[in-house]
Amino acid sequence: MAKRQVMDKQEPEERINNFAEVAQGFTEKEAVAEAQRCLQCDKSPCVDGCPVGVPIPDFIELITAKEFSEALATIKEKNAFPAICGRVCPQEEQCEAECVLGNKGEPVNIGALERFVADWELEKDSADKKEIETEADRAKVAVVGSGPAGLTAAADLAKLGYQVTLFEALSEAGGVLKYGIPEFRLPKAIVNKEIKELEELGVEIKLNTLIGATLSLDDLWEDGYEAVFVGVGAGLPYFLNLPGENLNGVYSANEFLTRVNLMKAYKFPEYRTPITLGNQVAVIGAGNVAMDSARTALRLGAEEVSIVYRRSRNEMPAREEEIENAEAEGVNFQLLRNPVKIIGNEEGWVKGLECVEMELGEEDSSGRPRPIPIEGSNFTIEVDTVIVAIGQGPNPLLSKKTPELETNDWHNIIVDEESYQTSIAGVFAGGDVIGGNATVIAAMGDGRGAAQAIDEYLQSK
Amino acid sequence: MAKILAKRKLAPEIYFFEVAAPLVAAKAQPGHFVIVRADQTGERIPLTIVDYDREGGTIDLVVQRVGASTQELASLAVGDSFLDLLGPLGEPVEIEKIGTVVCVAGGLGVAPVYPKAKYLKEAGNEVINIVGARTAEMVIMKEEMSEVADEIYFSTDDGSLGHEGFVTEVLDSLLAEGKEVDEVIAVGPAIMMKGVAEVTAKYDVDTIVSLNPIMVDGTGMCGGCRVTVGEETKFACVEGPAFDGHLVDFDELMRRQGHYQSKEEKAEHKCKLEKEVE
Repeated sequence: MAKRQVMDKQEPEERINNFAEVAQGFTEKEAVAEAQRCLQCDKSPCVDGCPVGVPIPDFIELITAKEFSEALATIKEKNAFPAICGRVCPQEEQCEAECVLGNKGEPVNIGALERFVADWELEKDSADKKEIETEADRAKVAVVGSGPAGLTAAADLAKLGYQVTLFEALSEAGGVLKYGIPEFRLPKAIVNKEIKELEELGVEIKLNTLIGATLSLDDLWEDGYEAVFVGVGAGLPYFLNLPGENLNGVYSANEFLTRVNLMKAYKFPEYRTPITLGNQVAVIGAGNVAMDSARTALRLGAEEVSIVYRRSRNEMPAREEEIENAEAEGVNFQLLRNPVKIIGNEEGWVKGLECVEMELGEEDSSGRPRPIPIEGSNFTIEVDTVIVAIGQGPNPLLSKKTPELETNDWHNIIVDEESYQTSIAGVFAGGDVIGGNATVIAAMGDGRGAAQAIDEYLQSK
Repeated sequence: MAKILAKRKLAPEIYFFEVAAPLVAAKAQPGHFVIVRADQTGERIPLTIVDYDREGGTIDLVVQRVGASTQELASLAVGDSFLDLLGPLGEPVEIEKIGTVVCVAGGLGVAPVYPKAKYLKEAGNEVINIVGARTAEMVIMKEEMSEVADEIYFSTDDGSLGHEGFVTEVLDSLLAEGKEVDEVIAVGPAIMMKGVAEVTAKYDVDTIVSLNPIMVDGTGMCGGCRVTVGEETKFACVEGPAFDGHLVDFDELMRRQGHYQSKEEKAEHKCKLEKEVE
């Protein structure tokens, strides 16, 4: 069996000095060689593993024939954002986990192939691109939030001929693709190109518009919208509620990453938004957001960056590849340690993090071993910056201003599982705001499902 | 894009802007603010909505030049636009008839105090305004503040207008004389609001302050603006910016306001260098 082709990466010692993309992508030769590994199974279990059902063997076969434009068109029937998904999907848990080759060897590198054809087309002159035909103008639909869920819903609805307006509170569209995931994993120019294609489909994007403040849901009905998709994500950062959490030098990961990614604080003072980072940084948590924060801190010049996590390496929720990237770049992992207090100096800046050692007990309701503090094992790590990356929940702003929009105790909007319909007729929701599993592709899957549900709703109206 | 329709200099380094923002004007209430950004490389800066004209579709903003980012905003001219303007943000303050209200404004704090005083007066309250600044020249919106008050007092550090000293001293003597006051609203530098809260605590008068922590998004997604109010952490951008002045941890607020001081100096230094090169 031919060996799995892997993308070249920037060397760790080089890449920690820049924000350029780490993984370099396939050359044409590598892509064709990798595509030839695909067995073209009749059953195609890989397709079942993809949350949006991309016809994987079909596009791979087109790559072997070097029909890259056709390969991309095949992907785009199901996924409007292949350059993004090829980069940030956890393929090892999705399409590649189902690949037959994976049973005895290594699965086909589906993500890298998807990325290859998307990048290949994006680099070409846009005049060469195939026009995507859309149907005649149908009803007006509002999409609230321009993250992965909203972008997908907008793309699908536009292709169905609806007049779609995408409302975004920030000054740029993209949601977590812009403010959360760093440049070195997902170049913003790539995101911008895929969003531009959405505009070419006829989607109007209204930035700096916070639904619930600038416009209410009622305003949208008055403006003639006949359905609304709410994909506002989970942007409310959780804090630990520990003593010292409001000391200077303590950031939520959201604030830290927004300053760096969206506001480009890494280019300060050319860009005006500042970031203050010490030499010893502790990142609390072990999800992808924690890895992104830790690796960003290294690139900003921190001498020592530690991940502080209360369970062990096996339970870390981040993608294996991102954990490996962080390790290669020199992030220090303080596992089975839980912070109990952030210690400040006389001027009110962080100078230490008091932790307690943990051991693992029985499985808890999440199916993971419960971490139990070891009494009397407290110790202090010397740090001058703390980044809290323990998760986030939905922003309660819209539901607070729209009391008839039913939410659960965690502020997730309640929807019917099949139809994505909320408690308000004509209002649909998907992605992290309904308590999704916090991946880009799952949010896209919701956006797709909700777009179909909106189409059915408007057709039957 | 939000186009600048009018601009006036109110005091050294302080500018008034009338901006076309019909959606914001339609929803604005006293206590609301906006986040603006001058250009593509700019920083997001929170500014109070000083007044609004729903029919004309405009809002009024006041900018004080204190660093590189406010310098960029302040240098925009009529016909230019703010690249981004988001709002209205925050929780509005409740405007109802409660009796006698003293509005205390320090420095640029006049901007956020003015709409409250104006609409409180319209709601039938007796409004007493106390307006302070370093010097007479730095007192902004004197006439506007007079128009919406039953009584107005000024104070300046150097005595060039009104009382020589601080607004807190004017407030203290008013309360000491036995003036019946139902509520005090205070906006200005954190140290001033802290002083006001200490004075009103003595006389047990309800006090609302409008906090000015560092903000980024202004929509509740980062917590950069978090403040401690009555032992609880609050996000000023969505739960405020107005809070009970007797419950606010002002020392923490002032410390957090200084978070980027060294960086701000660097940005301003670069800004000045560029100017010299031009």
